[in-house]
Amino acid sequence: MTAYLLRRLVQSALILLGVSFITFFLLYVLPADPVRQIAGRAATQQTVENIRHQLGLDQPFVVQYIRYLGGLMQGDMGRSYLQKTEVASLIAARLPPTLLLMAAGIFCELVLGLTMGVIAALRRGRAADTGLMITSFVAVSAPQFLVSLLLLYVFAVRLSWFPIGGYGTFRHLVLPAVTLGILGSGWYARMMRSSMIEVLRADFIRTARAKGLTRARVILRHALPNAILPVIAMIGIDIGIFMGGVVVVESVFGWPGIGQLAWQAIQRVDIPIIMGVTLVSACAIVAGNLIADLIAPAIDPRIRIR
Amino acid sequence: MKRLLLSTALTLGLALPALAADYTPDPNAKPGGDIIVTYKDDVATLDPAIGYDWQNWSMIKSLFDRLMDYVPGTTELRPGLAESYDVSDDGLTYTFHLRTGVKFHNGREMTAEDVKYSLDRVTNPTTQSPGAGFFGSILGYDKMADGSATSLEGVKVIDPQTISVTLSHPDATILQVMALNFASVVPKEEVDKWGTDFGHHPVGTGAYKMTDWTIGQQVVFEKNTDYWRPGVPYIDKITFQVGQEPIVALLRLQKGEIDIPGDGIPPAKFTEVMSNPDEAKLVVVGDQLQTGYVTINVNMKPLDDVRVRQAINMAINKDRIIQIINGRAVPANQPLPPDMPGYNKDYAGYPYDVEGAKALMAQAGLADGFETELYAMNADPNPRIAQAIQQDLAQIGIKVTIKSLDQANVIAAGGDGTAPMIWSGGMAWIADFPDPSDFYGPILGCAGAAPGGWNWSKYCVQSFDEMATKADSIADPAKADERMAMWSDIFTKIMADAPWAPVFNEKRYTMKSARLGGDDSLYVDPVTIPVNYDYIYVKE
Repeated sequence: MTAYLLRRLVQSALILLGVSFITFFLLYVLPADPVRQIAGRAATQQTVENIRHQLGLDQPFVVQYIRYLGGLMQGDMGRSYLQKTEVASLIAARLPPTLLLMAAGIFCELVLGLTMGVIAALRRGRAADTGLMITSFVAVSAPQFLVSLLLLYVFAVRLSWFPIGGYGTFRHLVLPAVTLGILGSGWYARMMRSSMIEVLRADFIRTARAKGLTRARVILRHALPNAILPVIAMIGIDIGIFMGGVVVVESVFGWPGIGQLAWQAIQRVDIPIIMGVTLVSACAIVAGNLIADLIAPAIDPRIRIR
Repeated sequence: MKRLLLSTALTLGLALPALAADYTPDPNAKPGGDIIVTYKDDVATLDPAIGYDWQNWSMIKSLFDRLMDYVPGTTELRPGLAESYDVSDDGLTYTFHLRTGVKFHNGREMTAEDVKYSLDRVTNPTTQSPGAGFFGSILGYDKMADGSATSLEGVKVIDPQTISVTLSHPDATILQVMALNFASVVPKEEVDKWGTDFGHHPVGTGAYKMTDWTIGQQVVFEKNTDYWRPGVPYIDKITFQVGQEPIVALLRLQKGEIDIPGDGIPPAKFTEVMSNPDEAKLVVVGDQLQTGYVTINVNMKPLDDVRVRQAINMAINKDRIIQIINGRAVPANQPLPPDMPGYNKDYAGYPYDVEGAKALMAQAGLADGFETELYAMNADPNPRIAQAIQQDLAQIGIKVTIKSLDQANVIAAGGDGTAPMIWSGGMAWIADFPDPSDFYGPILGCAGAAPGGWNWSKYCVQSFDEMATKADSIADPAKADERMAMWSDIFTKIMADAPWAPVFNEKRYTMKSARLGGDDSLYVDPVTIPVNYDYIYVKE
């Protein structure tokens, strides 16, 4: 177990190193010159070169990359080119809202997705099943921006049930979390449906039925716990997809998270912020996967860690 | 000494009447009230040496003051922190007499030392100010720029209320430069305390002080009750909420939740807003000092032939392009926008004349046309405008390929001189200050034609540079008309060479809630772009 954990940690570190290298390289070859962006349109060539030198951007790629890594090892993610603020403090200020939104969003997608999946499995082949599976398909493929705006328009503007975007109270959280929930529920509905169908076919369910247990008891006590665990283990893997949705939903609902930060930084070619957010997201995804792999054997004893 | 006194007296007599009479605020204005302004993007910085975007420009204007200022809603200069100034006979030394009793938000009194410190700071390369170049005519600037000095030789503190600024060559625009945000006066102790984070902890002498900045959520300004201009500002508190999509901001304005959607009307919603009388009455329209144009690279064949460039000017249907942006502009025929001093209203420009354009192409030996590229920024409506230009030029045989790229990439191609033609929309050019010289040096002069410069036509005529230098050496405000005539002449002569095809002068459309008062020009201020927060007020 310890050996496995160690191996996975080393792997994770290598993945993060790879992500940092690829991102850094892509931003390096980008034709847009961040120095011009900082220096402004009135700058002379001399000013531009001066700033380039101060930021160390006149150094070869390898030197720049190693310097960045060196800073990173000491916990220094650099300063934003345009805001001049420390990237770490910008991310730190925006991480709690994103984590809150993610937790609420995952809760919503599980509640919606699992309920849909269970109903579809129990009504397999009937109209309810077809209807729910079409719904889940639509939810998976719906444009995030459109769904966000639609919910905002109907429930905040028209019905005034919730505030029109913003952050602070529980009421602010509901719409963005539900939007994320709807968008992500499709996957879980489909996974839950097949997992449930598989479990319902299993021998122990037949035994339970044969014992004369009620249908409700068979489903709730025997089938559901067995079907639900493998699906929940998918959350770790889902985090990557989820992060993409967070960027859009945060923008529409004015949610002050790191998705918004990333989006603004990309538009302004603010490389230290783009690097920082990419690495933090990559860490989240790697950690999510790691945790998913570690808890999988606890949930399903058939999986063994070697 | 006698000579100095005499010249001071003389120039005082000349200089002050040329300054606009001070502004009479709206008699209905009353103090009180809180307002909410929304923006999509986080505020980048409120450091006046650094801030240079749509969003923080007007915010910084209200947090800080400068030696010179503008009459609200206009392009006329008026005194700011300097109560008056004198100009030496040779036009090289400006002596500013500061107001007494002006206090920073931290309670300390502002003195000439602070002015000196602020000018040294903005021109010091380690500050990385995008505005440092504006101070190029101050004596000692070059030594600051190359790092061999840490203090401007030409800026001297005479006593706590007097500061003199000596130039290396006469420059009529120096008063405008002293009114730029970059010339804002900052307190040294606060800059030292916060270092590079000063931009998040701004302290100035302005009408408002910043009291809260929650990253990603809001920036709060509160009224500076000690403000040295009596009676202003009117509003008690301005909350700038960030992270709000323009379309969401519009919905919130319709519900009365916010007062000013800072990013304006989303283009997709423009027609809908204008056709609804309830919403249209919240719209404020104003002119801005902006020109949208097509640059034509004079170093590339066959665009190096003036007849081809003239033909391009004649082939573009400007009215149709203005329709693409819902009529939010007026056609342009010269580089300067109509509200800019020096605009030549007698100049007719190139007519829209496809046959005439074809004839010019034939004279140039290109009756069969040629192939070229047009760069444009990839944000709407610019690709659509580029397509309209593409169709127009196809009529005279020029086969244009559109290169629709990210803003930074178009600017890079323009600066390198690799782009044959560029549609300037979304990038250039809006005046930094209301003076024609700002429309010459960086975008049509030889300095801007250097690699990386914004003169994307790479047009460089030495004799025009000399004329420009001569015009800007007329520092005497009494001869301002003569100076403007020279500038008109320069731009008219440039148009004969047609390095640009000017297309339109954009108007500014913005919205405000019904409860906000104050002249419309305060919401589309040409200098305090866009909103002059010091003079607007809440009606109810």
